Amino acid sequence: MTAGTLPGVHEERRASSLRWLVDDSLTIAWRWLVAMVRLPESVVFSAIQPLMLVLLFRYVFGGAISGVRGSYVDYLMPGIFVQTVTFGSVISAVGMAEDLQKGIIERFRALPMARAAVVTGRTLSDLTRNLGSVLLMTGLGFAVGFRIHTTGLAFVAGLAILLLFSWAISWGFALIGLAVRSPETAQLATFPVLLPFTFASSAFVPVDRMPGWLQAFATNQPVSRVVDGCRALMSGGPTVRPVLGALAWSVGLLVVLVPLAVRRYVRTD
Amino acid sequence: MAGEPAIAVHELTKVFARGRVRALDGLSFEAQQGTVLGVLGPNGAGKTTAVRILSTVLRPDGGRASILGLDVVARAAQVRRSIGLAGQYAAVDENLSGRQNLVMIGRLSHLSRRAARRRADELLEQFDLTAAAGRSLKTYSGGMRRRLDLAAALVAEPPVLFFDEPTTGLDPKTRQDMWAWTERLVAGGTTVLLTTQYLEEADRLADTVVVVDHGRVIAQGTPASLKADIGTTVLLVTLANADDAARAAAVVAPLGTHPPTVQGERVEMNVADGARAGSQAMRALDAAGLLVTGLVLREPSLDDVFLQLTGHRAETGPEPLDRPLHPVPPPEPQGVLGR
Ligand SMILES: Nc1ncnc2c1ncn2[C@@H]1O[C@H](COP(=O)(O)OP(=O)(O)OP(=O)(O)O)[C@@H](O)[C@H]1O
Ligand SMILES: [Mg+2]
Repeated sequence: MTAGTLPGVHEERRASSLRWLVDDSLTIAWRWLVAMVRLPESVVFSAIQPLMLVLLFRYVFGGAISGVRGSYVDYLMPGIFVQTVTFGSVISAVGMAEDLQKGIIERFRALPMARAAVVTGRTLSDLTRNLGSVLLMTGLGFAVGFRIHTTGLAFVAGLAILLLFSWAISWGFALIGLAVRSPETAQLATFPVLLPFTFASSAFVPVDRMPGWLQAFATNQPVSRVVDGCRALMSGGPTVRPVLGALAWSVGLLVVLVPLAVRRYVRTD
Repeated sequence: MAGEPAIAVHELTKVFARGRVRALDGLSFEAQQGTVLGVLGPNGAGKTTAVRILSTVLRPDGGRASILGLDVVARAAQVRRSIGLAGQYAAVDENLSGRQNLVMIGRLSHLSRRAARRRADELLEQFDLTAAAGRSLKTYSGGMRRRLDLAAALVAEPPVLFFDEPTTGLDPKTRQDMWAWTERLVAGGTTVLLTTQYLEEADRLADTVVVVDHGRVIAQGTPASLKADIGTTVLLVTLANADDAARAAAVVAPLGTHPPTVQGERVEMNVADGARAGSQAMRALDAAGLLVTGLVLREPSLDDVFLQLTGHRAETGPEPLDRPLHPVPPPEPQGVLGR
């Protein structure tokens, strides 16, 4: 049967399925970014949180914590970066659960779009949001005394590692959102993951100050590894091992979480 | 490919909630290209489940279904390029504007950016939403949302459309418009599957009607043949005195297609030709000296169809369409006051 025999079939663009995955994911990401921009309050409040974290940690803990090499501000900033993007990715869980509750997913499933695009687009929009947060925090960080001790290029590489990690956990949180299906539960369900990984980490205090039984976890878990990688690229010190550690976790998480989340989406009805 | 049905459903089954709800139980029907198939049924009959399976949203547990010869499970990706879906509940993005919604659907249907924008504007115009095009959906009324949802189904101009209770919640004018749009689409060769609880709607639009109950087809045919089966109109007589009801039933009985039923002071009966039966009944009752307080003719509701087809009322059936077609006016006081 040719399209010509059917009434009113649009000339559909021919493209490979990878091209469609990219296009459709960008359309979905656009959808979420437009929705965010249409709600200026939400933009303002998403910007306030990272800025407050920088100021609070800088001035509340900045004087109290000692025993780190160099200035505490320089030690702290990479930790705050990682913590903020991790918290920022929680929205992926809430967003996916919200979508499931509304009818729009039903329409997406009946469209010839790439199946993986609904989740991919969501995580890409959160990646964009996290990029915005990180840039804001960098600006404020410089204003309150943060300095780069390496090169500009190394600093940018540090940000890239950070964002790659945030993208990986967005997939994990999207998976949680798809599994629990209610936005409120989704938000709550992320905390048991979020809190131990962000606080039992090298983000704010050196791991060697923690009790021995905690150190093994705190040293090797992904948030610490990513913080260490960023810190090496921003503040100096040995670089290769921490950076590889950070990359290994991010890529490893992506390899596991992307197929799980996509499969979960395809199977949910 | 003439002759191939646009929609073919064969012995479809679907079981929900770990076997407790049998939503579809051997559902079979066909719709020819360029026609409207009306799917009628009470709440819970399985209409939405059937539409969701046909639009590849849900997988069936048994049986087969195909769109333009393409199996909805095995060739789902191709099926999606030939269908448009307007589900029972509006499936639009609350956070976007009306126009942004349609452009998004166009892009996801793989239209070029320009074509998606042009199509969005065309549809907004057609569905009378141009003035609200840039507004957030949060400011749309229920009817506007419904219209946008129908427009979204048409974005890619698919040859097969599924409308699940498209006019529920629409005002009479928009309902008329919706009927006119559907007729225009079908005139252009589109096939439409439309679920409804209103016999009137099926009557107006459908070439073929299937009546579904408990997940299977219990009757099918043209609207005319279905209505001929049940009598076209219901005659309802209310008497001033309940004691007269039995006598009134005997008086009007010859006019009906089925014997009348009596309930208190009310007599109810199916008649074939509403207008004639109404005036004849009035005259006959008058001649018999019976005092009548009301005589109403109404279209048969889905409930009436069910009563006839299954011998039982639909368990959770919809409100009957109690629209008096020819209410008998009270006697006019002619020129009494003046002289
Ligand atoms: N996702 C689901 N999980 C469990 N049961 C379901 C689900 N969807 C539908 N059902 C059940 O399947 C049956 C058929 O439902 P369906 O929505 O298809 O009916 P319908 O004919 O569209 O009714 P209505 O006129 O109320 O829209 C009902 O008993 C319903 O409770
Ligand atoms: Mg339904």
